[in-house]
Amino acid sequence: MIFVTVGTQLAFPRLIDAMDRIAAGLDEAVIAQTGPGGGAWAHLDHRPGMPPAEFAETFAAARIVVAHAGIGTILSARGARKPLVIMPRRAALGEHRNDHQMATARQVASMKGLHVAEDEAAIAALLAAEGLEAAEETPGPGRARLIARIREFIG
Amino acid sequence: MTERRILAVASGGGHWQQLMLLRPAFEGGSVFYVTTLRGLAESHGAAPAGFAPDCNRNEPVAVLRTVAALLWRVLRFRPHVVISTGALPGVIALACGRLVGARTIWVDSVANAEEMSMSGRLARRFAHLWLSQWEHVAKAEGADYAGSVL
Repeated sequence: MIFVTVGTQLAFPRLIDAMDRIAAGLDEAVIAQTGPGGGAWAHLDHRPGMPPAEFAETFAAARIVVAHAGIGTILSARGARKPLVIMPRRAALGEHRNDHQMATARQVASMKGLHVAEDEAAIAALLAAEGLEAAEETPGPGRARLIARIREFIG
Repeated sequence: MTERRILAVASGGGHWQQLMLLRPAFEGGSVFYVTTLRGLAESHGAAPAGFAPDCNRNEPVAVLRTVAALLWRVLRFRPHVVISTGALPGVIALACGRLVGARTIWVDSVANAEEMSMSGRLARRFAHLWLSQWEHVAKAEGADYAGSVL
């Protein structure tokens, strides 16, 4: 099963429409959490939102997760050790208020198991790839330092 | 020394997940979590926890509802420390915390790799410790940098 998620804040029709077309040619179920507004997509098992527990279960059951470049999704993929295909939202297309998802995509593109795709063809190619590498929960040394600083401040 | 009461606030989604990764920093304290999505804290085993309605700057009535919820929580819990990873409800939590003399921490979301978030800039005036998770952003904005959850 492929799980598509765009977060709770904003719809992302460019990604959902692309996944609907891709799903039409797949033998694999595609579950999509599509964000506010909803829509009609014939080839997706879709809903605007999911309760947190169902979200976690669906995430855990997925073979691959396809998503916007949200930090929550990236951290979830690392925690669940899933291959994550990321298509960043673009401000020029009205998909977010600024291009911070483009910046996030650039920053995480080199991390294990995080696969950035700019368009539908790139997503399709990644979904068809054999043994797509999974993300890993391996925090850098920066997390321990950040925690130590906060702990020291709390006293 | 009395146990530190820590109010930890984050909107649902990535802000909340970053707060969860910082939990080891709260060990030894008495933590009360607040988020904007019902069921989220429970699904992470974060307890005790409460709910505050989400808001953004374009909806003044929603902002007032969030202020009311967080002010009530702060007056009841009397935190020594308020920490948030964002977004706007977190800024409100820091401001409410200041009213009861709490020390406050803002950790700007790691999603903001090029500039401080708008909430982060608002939080500056309420935060004793004002952190970006990107060294170059911290330098450009005058924030502190101590590492990142990534």
